[in-house]
Amino acid sequence: MAAPPSTSGPQKPDIASRPLSPHLTVYHWAPTMIVSITHRVTGVGLSVGMLALALWLVAISNGPSGYLAFYSYALTPVGLLVMFGFAWALAFHFLQGIRHLAWDLGYGFAKETARLTALLVIGLSFLIAAAVCALIWTGHGGYLS
Amino acid sequence: MSSMQTPLHKVEGMGSSHSGTSHFWHERLTAIALIPLTLWFGYVMLGLAGTNEVACISYLAHWWNALLMFAFVFITLWHIRLGLQVIIDDYVHTAGGKIALLLLVRFLVLATGSAAGFALLQISRL
Repeated sequence: MAAPPSTSGPQKPDIASRPLSPHLTVYHWAPTMIVSITHRVTGVGLSVGMLALALWLVAISNGPSGYLAFYSYALTPVGLLVMFGFAWALAFHFLQGIRHLAWDLGYGFAKETARLTALLVIGLSFLIAAAVCALIWTGHGGYLS
Repeated sequence: MSSMQTPLHKVEGMGSSHSGTSHFWHERLTAIALIPLTLWFGYVMLGLAGTNEVACISYLAHWWNALLMFAFVFITLWHIRLGLQVIIDDYVHTAGGKIALLLLVRFLVLATGSAAGFALLQISRL
């Protein structure tokens, strides 16, 4: 029930009953929409990843005890899952970033092209993350020691 | 009809945000710089996966590796600040909350960069 109009001072617009512009929930999900949202989500996730990277560097700088303390967390199942998440998020944000830069140059705006590159970004990001895991799992990582 | 803008305002081309296109441009500049740096970072992370702290220290103690790592961290943090600002601008609608969050992001970015930079200096002396 609306409040009676105030007789003193300027009328305030009734914000609650204003029509809203359609938001995320009314749209049919499309690959282009999914990668656009995921680009933001991975960006926020990778910001947390940067905190982890800084923590890793600080842990190394603290000598063996600091390093071991960091790795006692990082090598738990949860830690490994988080690291896989960071690897996938970095691959995704990297690929979607290149898609954005191509748009900045004026390429890839056609509807079918945008849809194809969106699907490509999704597929390739998982492929890269899986490849990184497979390389480490099969002992192909650690070549810098 | 004659323009209401002063000639100085026109030539500066800054618009209502008073910063022109610098945010957009810096976001792109950092993105382009991060393409080779991220490829290098991925190569390093994979190369140090499953090794011990001796390998990490000896790799990061080389000044060019430390410099590249610092460049990766510094430019990524710059990119993070610009990116998180867009998200805050989009979703936080109260002036106080917006300013508080933007300040928080800037302080966190500075603190993270300082910690990482100091750690790299420490590692070079180990």
